[in-house]
Amino acid sequence: MVSPTTMAAVRASGAIPNAEYLLSAEGVRKEFPGVVALDDVEFKLKRGTVHALMGENGAGKSTLMKILAGIYTPDQGEVLLKGQKIRLQSPLDALENGIAMIHQELNLMPFMTVAENIWIRREPKNRFGFVDHGEMHRKTAALFKRLNIVMDPETQVRDLSVANRQMVEIAKAVSYESDVLIMDEPTSALTEREVEHLFTIIRDLRAQGIGIVYITHKMNELFEIADEFSVFRDGKYIGTHASTDVTRDDIIRMMVGREITQMFPKEEVPIGDVILSVKNLTLKGVFHDVSFDVRAGEILGLAGLVGSGRSNVAETIFGVTPASSGTIEINGKPVNIDSPNTAIRHRMAFLTEDRKDTGCLLILDILENMQIAVLQDKFVKNGFVAERELTRVCEEMSRKLRVKTPNLHERIENLSGGNQQKVLIGRWLLTHPRILILDEPTRGIDVGAKAEIHRFVTELARDGVAVIMISSEMPEVLGMSDRVMVMHEGRVTGILDRAEATQVKVMELAAQ
Amino acid sequence: MSTNSAAQAQAAAQKSARRLPPELNIFLVLIGIALVYEILGWIFVGQSFLMNPQRLTIIILQVSVIGIIAVGVTQVIITGGIDLSSGSVVGMTAMFTASLAQASTWPRALYPSLTDMPVIVPVALGIGVGLLAGFINGQLIAKTKIPPFIATLGMMVSARGISKWYTKGQPVSGLTEQFNFIGTGIWPVVIFLVVAVIFHIALRYTRYGKFTYAIGANVQAARVSGINVESHLVKVYAIAGALAGLAGVVTAARAQTAQAGMGVMYELDAIAATVIGGTSLAGGVGRITGTVIGTVILGVMTSGFTFLRVDAFYQEIVKGIIIVAAVVVDVYRQKKRKT
Repeated sequence: MVSPTTMAAVRASGAIPNAEYLLSAEGVRKEFPGVVALDDVEFKLKRGTVHALMGENGAGKSTLMKILAGIYTPDQGEVLLKGQKIRLQSPLDALENGIAMIHQELNLMPFMTVAENIWIRREPKNRFGFVDHGEMHRKTAALFKRLNIVMDPETQVRDLSVANRQMVEIAKAVSYESDVLIMDEPTSALTEREVEHLFTIIRDLRAQGIGIVYITHKMNELFEIADEFSVFRDGKYIGTHASTDVTRDDIIRMMVGREITQMFPKEEVPIGDVILSVKNLTLKGVFHDVSFDVRAGEILGLAGLVGSGRSNVAETIFGVTPASSGTIEINGKPVNIDSPNTAIRHRMAFLTEDRKDTGCLLILDILENMQIAVLQDKFVKNGFVAERELTRVCEEMSRKLRVKTPNLHERIENLSGGNQQKVLIGRWLLTHPRILILDEPTRGIDVGAKAEIHRFVTELARDGVAVIMISSEMPEVLGMSDRVMVMHEGRVTGILDRAEATQVKVMELAAQ
Repeated sequence: MSTNSAAQAQAAAQKSARRLPPELNIFLVLIGIALVYEILGWIFVGQSFLMNPQRLTIIILQVSVIGIIAVGVTQVIITGGIDLSSGSVVGMTAMFTASLAQASTWPRALYPSLTDMPVIVPVALGIGVGLLAGFINGQLIAKTKIPPFIATLGMMVSARGISKWYTKGQPVSGLTEQFNFIGTGIWPVVIFLVVAVIFHIALRYTRYGKFTYAIGANVQAARVSGINVESHLVKVYAIAGALAGLAGVVTAARAQTAQAGMGVMYELDAIAATVIGGTSLAGGVGRITGTVIGTVILGVMTSGFTFLRVDAFYQEIVKGIIIVAAVVVDVYRQKKRKT
């Protein structure tokens, strides 16, 4: 193992011959509590190429990218930079070794100028040790010229559009004279013209011999910009191909390749009347013209890649972010849902995607967590909580859901993910919902609890509840749903019946 | 298997820890401080600190105004907020309430036609003015989303300004016997304890209380669970304001006069009492019982220093250290919880 500074010095001296691969990873494994994020993964980036990483949500692309950028260290396996083994300790370490990453959420300081952002920590100094703003301006202008970027280096970053911030990030990465540039879905917030400009810059950089790791969900970008691509699935490496050798369908097959092995207790239950009907629902800039119905006893799966607007639709229906236009009807009557409180009064329930951020009251106990939603309109007399009765009901619910805990006075943060999720499901079941929205109900929980949660959902459907289930796990969506609605970039791209919903079809609609 | 049994042992330990009321620690600190004074008293002053019922009454009497404020501040801090305006609101309400409590025998009454009012009038006015100040705090925080620190800092400055403007800086004196009665004898202590009991019950047994803790624990989750966070915060700040108003009434009655400078720094004493009493500035945790003990600790500390004839400068220095120490312990406890 060589220290980064030595490495940098050696690199500068040009002593290392050009290795076949600019950056490579071999046998990389990374575990997080309860999940194997990467298992024996390999990756090889050639000089002067754009290499795309493809895969479904949770396939391991982001984890690999973070290992390459020094954010995570691998549990096993090694990373080689120009044939030399390196062990990156931090993103800064990676940067000094010539690996720069452009994050999806941009990391610029909004109240500083473009030039200051680019040269931070490396500001040119004059002979008194003060920052030489003139020199900094000149260097920035030269950099922009080289990259064909038209921008005033003295603009404050907060005044820039997202696309321009992206350009600043790229310029910053290039200014480190990096050999490797990692881009995480760089086009997700760009318009078509801005994407064209970005691609021109990427092609220039490629021509200069820089290797680019490009993460994307968009198939057409892959064919347009990538020379090679690697596919990952469930933390495993599937293969690397030249993008000219394959078709869209080949890639989709590589991405979804697995068979449905888990069993889902899908039960045919009588489907009743339409309970919830959504028409042309729009939240400006987030999703548009979303229309669908859900019937009593039906489970409507909602699929799509992260960022497709799935969760936003759920939040809007539940009043967390009220719609800018469109209508929501419950039992045929139009309703105006302006807050979660209103939604609950219409007997809706919403299990949110992020247990920690929007679900659990972490420092409070199970009882307090479970009772908080039902207290809106039940178990309260003259402001006083009917403590004894409510505790009895909560105990019953917790037994029914098989929450594993010594008693209900345990803080919820001491429970496992699966048990936390059960408590939150209990919170909503106490309100006797007729519409239940579940956002990633089994994310990050163990197989046993997962199966139990699937069983509860099935039981609820049998009792006539209309269920909307968002999930990134294809087997879960296909296994549980009566119909599957697929979203892509804020629009519904299709609603498939259970019989016609296959992984390939859903993936096609989701990745366009 | 071993991790499993370790987890069980940990759970069991936590369970037994919970059997003890969380205020026990802080109560032991109170006893400890009192005993230190007792011993130092015999050594340096030659008399007992504790065996003096009159002193003990005075201790609580002196802090009862702080205690009334702290009951409101505790609720604000449980929601994850802060109220810096209470001291100024005390001054402001003292002025307003006194102006309607003047006796007709007083030659320079502010409103000569409104003298000798029944005692309920000035009291209601005082609480009402405090309530209004708190309501404005709450509205600012809920509607404009500015940090509570800033909203209540603004109120702190403006309310102090209003109390000076109201009489152009002149004190308001010549209050009626009936009004002054509120501040005599054990009454301030009674008011403090009644207020504490009411809000102890409110926090523990009512929906108001459950929602207050839920907002402090996780405001996003509280909102998704259907709580109208904005209107609830307005309620909490309004209650804190009303209690500061009540404290202003008691302050004026005890002093039998009102001055624009009353209540300066009371907000900090109230926050200190709350934090010493175990309420977490991060929100979601705290109890009125702890705050009552925290208030008494502040009183014992001050009284003990006077008893030992320690210079007032040292008193402030040590008080500052104790407040910081209480927060350090709180941060440490939270860190331990997370790992």
